[in-house]
Amino acid sequence: MSKPRVFLVDDHSMFRSGVRSELAGAVDIVGEAADVSPAITQIAQSVPEVVLLDVHLPGGGGQDVVAAIKSEHPDVKFLALSASDAPEDVIAVIRAGARGYVTKTISGTELIDAIQRVAAGDAVFSPRLAGFVLDAFAAGHSGDLGRPSFDPELDQLTGREREVLRLIARGYTYREVAKELFISVKTVESHVSSVLRKLQLSTRHQLTRWAAERKLT
Amino acid sequence: MPRREDELMVDQVDGAAGNAAAQPGGQSGVPSGPWQPWGPGGPPPSDGPSGPGGSGQGAAPPQGNGQPHRAGEGHWTARLESHGIRLTRGPATPGPLRRARDGQLLGGVAAGVARRTGLSVGLIRVLIVAATILSTGYLAMAYVLAWLFIPAEGADRNIASKAVTDKRGIGLAVGLTSVLVVALVIASALNAPWVTSLAVPLIVCADGIMLISRNAPDEELAYLRSLADPAGLTATAPRSRRVLRFGVGALLLILGVYALLQGHERLALLWPLAGIMLFVGGIALVLGPWWVRIATEAVAERQARIRAEERADIAARVHDSVLQTLALIQRRAGDQQQVVQLARAQERELRAWLFDGRPPGSMEGQAATVADGVRLIQQEVESQHGLEVDAVTVGDCELDDDMSALLAAAREATVNAAKWSGADTVSLFAEVEQDSVSMFVRDRGCGFEPAAVPADRKGLAESVRARLARRGGSATIRSAPGEGTEVSLVMPRSADDRVPGRA
Repeated sequence: MSKPRVFLVDDHSMFRSGVRSELAGAVDIVGEAADVSPAITQIAQSVPEVVLLDVHLPGGGGQDVVAAIKSEHPDVKFLALSASDAPEDVIAVIRAGARGYVTKTISGTELIDAIQRVAAGDAVFSPRLAGFVLDAFAAGHSGDLGRPSFDPELDQLTGREREVLRLIARGYTYREVAKELFISVKTVESHVSSVLRKLQLSTRHQLTRWAAERKLT
Repeated sequence: MPRREDELMVDQVDGAAGNAAAQPGGQSGVPSGPWQPWGPGGPPPSDGPSGPGGSGQGAAPPQGNGQPHRAGEGHWTARLESHGIRLTRGPATPGPLRRARDGQLLGGVAAGVARRTGLSVGLIRVLIVAATILSTGYLAMAYVLAWLFIPAEGADRNIASKAVTDKRGIGLAVGLTSVLVVALVIASALNAPWVTSLAVPLIVCADGIMLISRNAPDEELAYLRSLADPAGLTATAPRSRRVLRFGVGALLLILGVYALLQGHERLALLWPLAGIMLFVGGIALVLGPWWVRIATEAVAERQARIRAEERADIAARVHDSVLQTLALIQRRAGDQQQVVQLARAQERELRAWLFDGRPPGSMEGQAATVADGVRLIQQEVESQHGLEVDAVTVGDCELDDDMSALLAAAREATVNAAKWSGADTVSLFAEVEQDSVSMFVRDRGCGFEPAAVPADRKGLAESVRARLARRGGSATIRSAPGEGTEVSLVMPRSADDRVPGRA
């Protein structure tokens, strides 16, 4: 497998250099940026395979970068990478088009694994993202009964998807999830990708309202 | 049946026993007494002779038109007052009849009527008692009904409007009625037919008082409770009233026994009853000690079980707090500053437990919800043990005792993973669902063979599993050497704190 070409967006230079040294050898780092607008211009020039993206940036949120690039370069994949964020910010970046979310405490090898996964078109769900998604899809289950849903299939998770997410939230790797549920790793990946698709395409009121509720507290 | 004597007297004087419903004007037959100041054609004094419906309470008294009563010269009240008998105590108050909330003896009906009419309370009470006797109890029934249907002063609804929604109370009333009917049938079978003539007022009074005691507003209930205390045993009632109660009670008892003895031409008919009582007494004498022993043993066993549970709870808490800290101090004996810090924190926690009753390891006071508690565990373990806790919470709910126990167990499992697994990350996942809350503590450390843990080691077994089991929860531990450990904890949610809309 060739080294994926990676672009780094993070406002902490210390963190960027740390990631650089951890990823050295495994990936090809084509550039880095500390803010939204330089990131957009540079990513448009270098067209990397994967962008490692901080959720919070001085000039706006990470979702602005995703939104600006997605329209012109749909092949660029985004992996959100952050320390501790409000769930609604993470969900916003995912809905904008990022293919995964991992926390900065992730180990070097796990990060490389996640980058390769995203580069291959898979989704990367950290325990925290799995928790956020379970929460977002669970909230308002009973509150929205009267409203018609445009696409019921998109608006809720299947039982299997929920099981997979729960195990991920409990700290299981995809392989462990597969073993636990007696399915293949490929099936786990397809479940996770399906959840990601629902998360990005669902027009549920719940998702937006859930985020709004979260902001209040 | 203390009223028996009065009953007989009425029978003799009035000759209309058992026909009390047609009673107005019956006052004329009462032998003269200090409370009977007017002749047969005199003004009807108050609500006394009103019919059994009770609706006539206080209707059309002489001054009932709302005019303040002034005892003028030559007026009959003035004549009476010249004999030292006062009939009026103050001006009549206009407006609807209300039960008085001060100066009451029972339900405040008499005091309320007195306030409404301006007549003396004592007079009205005497009239009510007299009318009760004359009406063979029907006025007592009317009194209870008035108690039920007339709202108290300052209240906007009567007790009856609440009583109709009291399903259990109505059920009890039906039961009470049936018991009384059976008792009355037995009484009439024992050749005491006069008892049955009291049946209707007796049943209505009993049911009415039972409904009142279940549905009266709290402050009225407090007053009734103070009335219900055995005479002379408590000091809540004023002394004069206690003496009065004791005297009246003793008098009624004596009259009742007298009536019972007199009512039977042949006392021998009471012998079967005495035989039954002797038989019951004999059984109680023979088997009683055995019953008492069974009962005390059951109580003792229950107390022992409670003590054992308490002891286990204390042991688990001491293990979680003091023993943990001591172990930490031993491991960090070289770092003097940290040892001091740990000892100080432990001392504070122990003091809070012993003197303020705040149990160590509990999240009460600091966390209000399960998510808060999980965050606290994360912070505490990360700062004390220097490893990362990857905490994820889905949903949230209020913290009650069960949830605190679940959190304490999760905390213990997390600390355990931090101390023994050797991993640098512990995953802590909490999910609040409709019926239960589950928590999972997972590490990728060394793991262990669950079957090989010696039975005397506390830790997971006692602290986690037993603590949850005491509250209906459960814990499962999955571990294998080299593959890390996962502790799964589940606690059912109590039905009343399930928040709708939060799955």
